[in-house]
Amino acid sequence: MKNRFALVVLSSLFSSSTFALDLSVTVTNLTHGNHFTPLLFAAHDANQHLFQIGQPASASLQAMAEGGDISLLSTDMMSVAADLSENPAAGLMMPGQTVQFTMSTQSTNTQLSAVAMVLPTNDGFLGMNSLTLPTAPGRYEYYLNVYDAGTEANDEVINGAGAPGVAGVPADPLGVGGVNATGVTTVESNQSVHVHRGILGDTDATGGSSDLDSRVHRWLNPVAHLIIDVQ
Amino acid sequence: MKYLAIPAMLLSLSACDQGIKEYSISITNMTNAQPLSPPAALLHSSSYSAWAIGESASVEIERLAEGGDSSSLLAMKHGHPVFSSDAPLLPGESISFSLMTRNKSLTHLTLAGMLVNTNDAFAGVNAMELVSMTAGHTRVVYSYALDAGTEFNSEHAGTIPGPADGGEGFNAVRDDVISVVTSHGGVVSHDDGYTGSVLTEAHRFIGPVLRVEITAM
Repeated sequence: MKNRFALVVLSSLFSSSTFALDLSVTVTNLTHGNHFTPLLFAAHDANQHLFQIGQPASASLQAMAEGGDISLLSTDMMSVAADLSENPAAGLMMPGQTVQFTMSTQSTNTQLSAVAMVLPTNDGFLGMNSLTLPTAPGRYEYYLNVYDAGTEANDEVINGAGAPGVAGVPADPLGVGGVNATGVTTVESNQSVHVHRGILGDTDATGGSSDLDSRVHRWLNPVAHLIIDVQ
Repeated sequence: MKYLAIPAMLLSLSACDQGIKEYSISITNMTNAQPLSPPAALLHSSSYSAWAIGESASVEIERLAEGGDSSSLLAMKHGHPVFSSDAPLLPGESISFSLMTRNKSLTHLTLAGMLVNTNDAFAGVNAMELVSMTAGHTRVVYSYALDAGTEFNSEHAGTIPGPADGGEGFNAVRDDVISVVTSHGGVVSHDDGYTGSVLTEAHRFIGPVLRVEITAM
């Protein structure tokens, strides 16, 4: 009888598609010249998204992508009972930096999403949209790319502007960006979330079209390495 | 015919008994115009790592990434099974070799070479565990280009050792904006508006640069 009872419990566990999970998450900034603003990780149900490729950015996503502000996305996610990890690196993540943190997820939150703005850009962000969380204990590895929120023209002018809808790049944390650029473009053709086309940059620190340095600020995807250890 | 097969089987069984591990390794240079400096490979224990993302490059990695010279890297592990090519691996070409060991603690593979038409880009496999591979099993991995973080990517004449320039290789000065190993952001080139660069559009790369195929024998 005991054995039969155990079998029933086991089979009901495995037939269910939902698990509460304890995760250890490790994120590495793979780039050589780009910082990440505070990361937001959210475990949520299959109906929710931080962003979707091909869809216009929400105002909350725009605030994150243009200025690194994750507070609006956090509020959105808390209102739908997501499990969050906000700013686990406690500030900017330097090129090459790794951060490790833990998350516990409720059984209904089967999807994991993540975002952080890439600096210096106008509205570029590293993103992961709705990964179905693995439930079997083990180590899982992923590589993340840079997306463009589509909300701002990539003028590559460093002017301190990080508020939504204001043109310009907030800052270059490396401190090697230039000044007095005329601007690369005033147009963003694709105003939905799309794969970022990368930085143009130039090597003119006091003029030219871009304040970014083409030798320093360009990246090649992937820009982040993600390890999820399911306990 | 049956009589011939039996001794061969006995031989392979006795090889297993002695705990010999042999790996057949093939490297392909997938770039357009970035010769790989003579690639070097070695087996080592789980405690060794030749480089790590976010950490300063060792002088041995600096010598490899700036000048394509793997000799000091291989000398670190004197007595280990090593392979060292005597020629660069040209774009589109492959090289195959074997590494063999009886030492049960030599469980990991590292291999590397420089993309020679750069300031300090290199690529390879870092401390990959092999010993769990069963005989006959093949594994394929791809390597992205890495930046050693030991030399600024100026692309200036005189700073690049490959045929695009014929300039300097190793120099102990470290003048990069970020002094740790990371992924490489690619080269800009003269053709992309950087008049100070000796590189052309042909030297650009994107995505993985090496294909490595490993078969456990």
